[in-house]
Amino acid sequence: MTDEIKDIDEHSGIETTGHSWDGIKELNNPLPRWWLIVWYVCIGWAVIYMILMPAIPALPGLGTNTTGLRNHSDRDLVAVAIADLQTARVAQSASLLGASLEEIETDRELQQFALAMGESLFGDNCATCHGAGGRGAVGYPMLADDVWLWDGTLDGIEYTLRHGIRHEDDLDTRFSLMPAFGRDNLMSSDQIDGLTQYVLKLSEQSHDAEEAESVAELFQQQCSACHGPTGIGDRLQGAPNLTDSEWLYGGSERAIHDTIYDARNSHMPAWQDRLDDASIKALAVYVHTLGGGE
Amino acid sequence: MGQTTLNMHPGAGKGGPTPPSHKDLYAKRQNIYPKLAHGKFRMVKWVVMAATLAVYYLLPWLRWDRGEGIPNQAVLADFESEKFYFFFIEIWPQDIHFLAGLLILASLVLFLITSLLGRVWCGYTCPQTVWTDLYIWVERAFEGDRAARMRLDHAPWSFNKAWRKLGKHTIWLVIAFWTGGAFILYWHDAPSVAQGWFTGEAPLSAYWFAAILTMTTYFLAGWMREQVCTYMCPWPRIQGALTDEYALNVTYRYDRGEPRGPKRKTESWDDRGDCIDCDQCVQVCPVGIDIRDGAQLECIHCALCIDACDQMMTKIGRPTGLIAYDTDVAVTARANHQTPPKFKILRTRTILYAVLISAIGALIVWGLATKATIEANVLKDRSPPFVQLSSGDIQNGYTLKLVNKLSEPRTMVVSITGIEGLNYSVIGFDHDSAEPLELPVEPFGVDRYRILVTAPQGAPQRQITISVRDTESGETDTNRAAFRGPN
Repeated sequence: MTDEIKDIDEHSGIETTGHSWDGIKELNNPLPRWWLIVWYVCIGWAVIYMILMPAIPALPGLGTNTTGLRNHSDRDLVAVAIADLQTARVAQSASLLGASLEEIETDRELQQFALAMGESLFGDNCATCHGAGGRGAVGYPMLADDVWLWDGTLDGIEYTLRHGIRHEDDLDTRFSLMPAFGRDNLMSSDQIDGLTQYVLKLSEQSHDAEEAESVAELFQQQCSACHGPTGIGDRLQGAPNLTDSEWLYGGSERAIHDTIYDARNSHMPAWQDRLDDASIKALAVYVHTLGGGE
Repeated sequence: MGQTTLNMHPGAGKGGPTPPSHKDLYAKRQNIYPKLAHGKFRMVKWVVMAATLAVYYLLPWLRWDRGEGIPNQAVLADFESEKFYFFFIEIWPQDIHFLAGLLILASLVLFLITSLLGRVWCGYTCPQTVWTDLYIWVERAFEGDRAARMRLDHAPWSFNKAWRKLGKHTIWLVIAFWTGGAFILYWHDAPSVAQGWFTGEAPLSAYWFAAILTMTTYFLAGWMREQVCTYMCPWPRIQGALTDEYALNVTYRYDRGEPRGPKRKTESWDDRGDCIDCDQCVQVCPVGIDIRDGAQLECIHCALCIDACDQMMTKIGRPTGLIAYDTDVAVTARANHQTPPKFKILRTRTILYAVLISAIGALIVWGLATKATIEANVLKDRSPPFVQLSSGDIQNGYTLKLVNKLSEPRTMVVSITGIEGLNYSVIGFDHDSAEPLELPVEPFGVDRYRILVTAPQGAPQRQITISVRDTESGETDTNRAAFRGPN
């Protein structure tokens, strides 16, 4: 393998690189001209690009990345795009703000806008807990049916959205507290077992009638203040109806027992600090139309 | 029969076709300098070229009144409003199957024509052929005919060579630009986009597409030419399945031409063929083949060799048609001294194609004639699939999309049936189920409504029928959707 003697491939008549791998040699074909031209154009383009656009990252001592002559910034473009979007929405947002919730729901144009807006807001902010389409989950109420713990009217839903439920930083939040009868030693095990049977009886499930009867008086003393003497609940205190088949935390004997023992006081954040008024209105209309609005 | 016969007939070439050697397969492209032919097929090609180019450049400027507020361009693919206009036909995205039907129809027509007349599409009407022909015409105008062009290419650079080359490429680029520019006119209102293009107000996509099509036209028609047909286009490869020995193809009648060879004045025509090996058929060929080698993949059947050969035959006083549109069976029969069979139009495959074309054509016409002007699409809520209300009733939610394809607002009555005791309401409408529910739909609009359907507890899960009827015309569209429940 000397530099002076060219190794010519006998079949093609083309010079080889001189390298040989197990007897296989590589032809030293020149690069195709079109490929070279494209390559040079790319190099030229890269130089122009580096001058015009941000290209070199922030290196130690440089402080920031190079900005290029065009001073391009994707971050700024996003800010501009968001501002543009808000400007574009001003008219329709204003019409949402100017109309009552009832007007929004019955006016075709406002309704379409509010539902489209509400759907995307719900997906971004609410569906994490309440599920897609408001289908609910254990501990998170279903919003598509007509069973409401607090209020299922348009205004009621808007209030819940604004102030949340048991949200500590909001004085107007919807608030109530069920005592943890077992954990805080307010009742004996027998009493809790009895009340479990009593609640099963209220919701017309199979139960021990004798045991249930033994705590009838206890229920009136301890539970009826919130859940009502007949167990139909009280919306003012967010106390659920115990006679229907809807259960936020499950209606089995075990689940009911745990609820009485530990109490369940779930939270929902107040959204008025996070979403603007138009968004809250759109969400209220969206939730109201999911299937069970009052 | 078929391909074998077509490619390997006994008279091909001197000593028959030789198998390609290793080197041939990797040969560099030889420049082709097609000579100008004169004759009836050349004339037909000029006319077809003028007609197809005229259609391409002028069609977008044709106006077609459709009424207030609707584009008045006869042929327009309006992406912004998602409509395709073709004279009196208007295609919405929902009607896209018509486009599929049209494409199927077009390919079947192509199949039929190919099985009758061979590659007339390639030879006369394919854009690649038309624009290449146009570019060669320009080339000829600047650089002269075949011999002059060959001389010029081999000559060293001079002022004469430079201005001719420069002129040719300039005109090529101008044509390419008009080609790319005219394409844009099919996607926007032609007069306004043409004006906006030059004042910088046209959409960015218009500039991009014009630039891309300018470059493809310039390179495909100016530089690549027959390589597009030979290497890039799938159509020549499909030919083997479409053509057969009964189809008319541009054919060298070797039964008459062989044995070929130059002829001295004193020589008699007895005991020799009519082909005098004058090479005219090769010189006019735009794809650089010798038609006397038989049917071949590269041949686009442009028939220019027929013109060239006829001219020569007339000159030497022999009958024309040594190269002609002929079938393989006829040539083979004559070579074996039999009477050639007549050209048959009615063959199994042509009848089959014709039947398919009529059937699909009729289907499209029927579809267009009875095209609905309302359309209802029902989308069931997937989450939650159903809801049990406090009364025990089962509720399902649906989104109803109502499409109005007419220019006036309409009112549509919705009725839902399928389950006993079923009730329904539309969000935003006070409605008593006893009365028909009337919903307004905007002109040319798609309106969305949210419907809640309830059925008594224990109702069976089954399909419900949601039908929508125009209160005035009575036109109805019926949809079926699932009703889910716990049972």
